[in-house]
Amino acid sequence: MVVLKTTNITKSFGKFTALDGVNIEVKEGEIYGFIGPNGAGKSTTIRILLGMLKATEGSAEMFGMDVWDDAVEIHKRIAYVPGDVNLWPNLSGGEVIDLFMKMNGRVNKARKEALIKKFDFDPTKKCRTYSKGNRQKVALIAAFAQEADLYILDEPTSGLDPLMENVFQECVLEAKKLGKSVLLSSHILSEVEKLCDRVGIIRGGKMIETGTLSEMRHLTRTNFTVKTKEPITDLNKMKGIYNLEEKNAELSFQVDTEEIDAIIRYISGFGIVKLESAPPTLEDLFMRHYEGTASDSGSQGEL
Amino acid sequence: MLFKGTHSLTKFIFRQRRFKIIIWLLGLILVTLAAASAYPEMYKGDETRQAYALTMENPAMIAMLGVGYDLEDYLSSVGTLFAHEMLLFTIIAVAIMNILLVGRSTRADEEDGRIEMIRALSVGRLAYTSASMIVVVITNLLLALLTGLGLGLLGIEGFDFESSLLYGSILGVSGLLFGSITAVFAQLTETSRGTTMSSFAILIGAYLIRAIGDVSNEMLSYVSPLGWLSRTGVFADNNWGLFLLTLIVAIVILLLSFYLNAIRDLGVGFIAARKGKRHANPFLQTTFGLTLRLGRTNIVTWAIGMFAMSLSFGAVLGDLEAYFIEIEFMQAFIEEESGYTMTEQFITLLMAIMSLISVIPAVMTVLKLKGEENKFRTENYYSRAVSRTNVLGNHYFLAILVCVLMQSLVALGLWSVGQSMMDDALSFGTTFASAFVYLPAMWVVISLATLLVGSLPKLTSFVWLYVVYCFIVVYLSGILDFPEWLNNLSVFEHVPQIPAEDMNFMVMIVLGIVAIVVTVIGFMAYNRRDIAG
Repeated sequence: MVVLKTTNITKSFGKFTALDGVNIEVKEGEIYGFIGPNGAGKSTTIRILLGMLKATEGSAEMFGMDVWDDAVEIHKRIAYVPGDVNLWPNLSGGEVIDLFMKMNGRVNKARKEALIKKFDFDPTKKCRTYSKGNRQKVALIAAFAQEADLYILDEPTSGLDPLMENVFQECVLEAKKLGKSVLLSSHILSEVEKLCDRVGIIRGGKMIETGTLSEMRHLTRTNFTVKTKEPITDLNKMKGIYNLEEKNAELSFQVDTEEIDAIIRYISGFGIVKLESAPPTLEDLFMRHYEGTASDSGSQGEL
Repeated sequence: MLFKGTHSLTKFIFRQRRFKIIIWLLGLILVTLAAASAYPEMYKGDETRQAYALTMENPAMIAMLGVGYDLEDYLSSVGTLFAHEMLLFTIIAVAIMNILLVGRSTRADEEDGRIEMIRALSVGRLAYTSASMIVVVITNLLLALLTGLGLGLLGIEGFDFESSLLYGSILGVSGLLFGSITAVFAQLTETSRGTTMSSFAILIGAYLIRAIGDVSNEMLSYVSPLGWLSRTGVFADNNWGLFLLTLIVAIVILLLSFYLNAIRDLGVGFIAARKGKRHANPFLQTTFGLTLRLGRTNIVTWAIGMFAMSLSFGAVLGDLEAYFIEIEFMQAFIEEESGYTMTEQFITLLMAIMSLISVIPAVMTVLKLKGEENKFRTENYYSRAVSRTNVLGNHYFLAILVCVLMQSLVALGLWSVGQSMMDDALSFGTTFASAFVYLPAMWVVISLATLLVGSLPKLTSFVWLYVVYCFIVVYLSGILDFPEWLNNLSVFEHVPQIPAEDMNFMVMIVLGIVAIVVTVIGFMAYNRRDIAG
């Protein structure tokens, strides 16, 4: 079952087009990683999903209801954690957590207390005095204390320490175990790798890639380091070779996955002394998408 | 080293605040000059000035405007009439400007983390404070010079150069004084709200102490800076000594703020914040409870201020009555003409002004929602199961309650004290009617604020322009001689002035309909627009 689906949503602010035909689909029980460089349109998309901004074109639905018209009804079933949590300076953290839970009508005191303990949070301080990480804890505790059906998390851990980051990941996986869905926007690649079932990459207001991480890896390049008895000639003229470098009589380069066979055959003719290959790291994968080497034409078609 | 970078920061702060500074200065100077040029025409001849002197001897007038001059002074220069009527309220406006300006570039910048960014650069520890105070000093200096030179050079009869310069200097130095006081509070309190609130409390306190002192005990007036500043005898004796005294006090307070700033840590104040509660009580968990909680301090502060103000006006009503009885011929004149006592007629003017002040906290309550949006806090509602109508409705409803509360306190203050002070006391019903009759007009102003929040969120401050405009119409329309249609733009002009006029239900109904229509449009627009945060 699909819990969240956007169809070609477009958002313009005056002449500026922030989103241009964004399609996202999150299935029940799935953790969907929503990633992209700063300013790509992640938060705008999320604000549309929350019914705070009205899409210029296209439609977005959650649980089969329209995100703009039925915002209040939808929000009873979701929990949202923003990247920048802005709280009322004069209220205490504990008061705000209670308020947030009450607003969605799902109060679970025992769970709340357990989470406050788990996140090692002091709820008696005024929000004014909390650091960024502590403000995020307020939103995270309120979100995970209510058993929502869909969690929308917009860079929720950018201020947390590694220990709390682990607690957060436990919470997400626990929610998944209960069959809940998660839309997670994040820049922390290890987090994405560990948690997400599928990933969508947005850049310049367009979705440029959607799929599982292994599918995406398949589409990228593998790193090789080789040493041969005789010097390899004309390697740079082969198809699918990138970043060729020579260091200490060793060659290192990257190869498009579909060209690996041809390349290995070619270099074996020179007498291999040493051959190392490494799968593309997530960083490589993301950098390739983020940097936009292939400009906009390098979107879905080529990939 | 403490001051490194002050020069460029000064330019930086000026750039940021230039529009606000220019608008305030233009407004203050133009109103002053326009009013001044109207005076010779208004008070031609000795007879009108004698009548004026007589009116101004009345304690209520003294409480409101400060001590007046001797009759000879009134006769010799029309500037004295101008100074008596305009000086104190202009000082208050200048003080408000300075409190807002200083509060913004000290504690508010610190609270929002901007000073932290700047301190991380290669600038001295006192550079930002110095820069913001230099901006304040220059602004007040400009105000003093432009007003002084303007008045002096207009060549208005009775406005000699030295007196004009003193008038401007008084405005400038009072601005500096309240700017310095605000700078000290910026060090003491931990929040920008605490800073401006405490400074406003000092301003209101200074006004009340002066009012009570002026009427009952002159020594008391010297406790309040507004007491000294209204005693310079500008346009008559030109006592520069009091000006110098204020200047010295302002500089001492300013130095104190620098000292406090130098010895404290960034982000904290000398008065520490209290520890919070672990759980939210059930009332706070409702949207209305939250709205009320967030506006609580503001509302309570205004309520105390309004009540204190009306108590002090109530206190002088008795003197006012006695004063009118003395002047028999005047009494006869009023009795015959209108059938209402002078006290009752005074009440109508007072109520018009008080209701305009009462509407300020109500408008603030509605605009709070826009402020919350700017600070990305409405996201906390709209990402949860709370509708926009609910949130806006709560702010709107609270604003109406605030109006009723403030007007009740005004009426209660006047009535309760007036009761014991006057022989022929105002009845409870009349006092409350004269206050509540303004509620529909105030409702329209609240609706206007709602409309702006709903449809033109970037222009919400226009509602303040409207409030100021209404205030000018009430306070100055007689002096500036506006055309009828300009006066009619103010909703407060249409309100029947009870008890001096009869009740007019038609006007009330029309104002009510206007309020409802504007409100509905505002709510519809708010439900349709994008929410920034």
